[in-house]
Amino acid sequence: MSKLKYLTNGLLKENPSFALVLGTCPALAVTTSAINGAGMGAATTFVLICSNVLIALLKNVIPDKVRIVAFIVVIATFVTMVDLSMNAFVPDLYKSLGIFIPLIVVNCIILGRAEAFAQKNSIMNSLLDGIGMGIGFTLALTIMGSIREILGSGSVFDIRLLNENAKTMLLFVLPPGAFLTYGYLIAIANKLKK
Amino acid sequence: MEFIKIIILALIVNNVVLAQFLGICPFLGVSSKVSTSVGMGAAVVFVMTLANLVTFFISNYVLVPLGIEFMQTISFILIIAFLVQIVEIILKKAAPSLYQALGIYLPLITTNCAVLGIAILAIQKDYNLFESVVYAASTAVGFTLAMVLMAGIREQMEMTGYPKGMKGFPISLVTAGLLSLAFMGFSGLIK
Repeated sequence: MSKLKYLTNGLLKENPSFALVLGTCPALAVTTSAINGAGMGAATTFVLICSNVLIALLKNVIPDKVRIVAFIVVIATFVTMVDLSMNAFVPDLYKSLGIFIPLIVVNCIILGRAEAFAQKNSIMNSLLDGIGMGIGFTLALTIMGSIREILGSGSVFDIRLLNENAKTMLLFVLPPGAFLTYGYLIAIANKLKK
Repeated sequence: MEFIKIIILALIVNNVVLAQFLGICPFLGVSSKVSTSVGMGAAVVFVMTLANLVTFFISNYVLVPLGIEFMQTISFILIIAFLVQIVEIILKKAAPSLYQALGIYLPLITTNCAVLGIAILAIQKDYNLFESVVYAASTAVGFTLAMVLMAGIREQMEMTGYPKGMKGFPISLVTAGLLSLAFMGFSGLIK
């Protein structure tokens, strides 16, 4: 039962996007549509789970002084794997996420979980933490992507909700819309927490 | 002409923070005072320019000849981490008060996605050495510009009232949104 706590921790109470406000760059940049948000979330989740497990495995071997560098190398390895696989299997999504795929390596969530959780906890707990945090991040990005896509282009997951000629708020798929949506979502999340 | 185009594009039209969403963490984190944001900006200008200079050589004379371009992410991030360490040591000795003020954000330049992002973008855009360095320097100045503007607004905001629920990140993000809206006015300035 206590294991469940590690899994749900990242979903609501410590949601990486809305509560901890980490990994803001991809959250703002790629959420122009729901599918982009979900894709970015999935890629990050994969890296997060793999690096959490590997770092939990290696925690006794890595010397304390060079641990950050070691973590970065571990993370960068998995990011390179994701980068090459996405380029091969989902070229369209890869193209629209662009520079933000290699930039998963500097996503603070991943390094943050390695430092704050994986290097102090067992492999099983780190795995659960990775899954929970990953799903929380994916959920946040998908919500943001959906809101921006509905308001900005009148569709969600490429399913049209409004007719072709309907006037939509183009602002929301442009950069300012990202900041506004994210700002109000954090405000709502803060309100719900109380 | 080509250089002026790169500078104006990087500085205002495609502002790194407000249009490309790189380096949002320090942008929101250190922008509460004008003086610290200038310091942070200066550190980023230095690291980013240096990083692009070094990664240009690594990419063109090591990775490409050996055919190991897939090592780009790993090698670049390690180089940047190394550069940040050097800047940190220099600042600690030369300007201790600035070092204190920048606090946690100096080592965090390593995970400032703008530095790695611009290094990778410069390689993708096939810039030559000089273009790459100009691109990095003007992008970093653009980063500083956005951060100083933001800090100026936030200093004023301390003295005004806004809904309590918006305190902290929400109000900063909404402000950034309005700033970004203003910067969109520059789009189309250069074809």
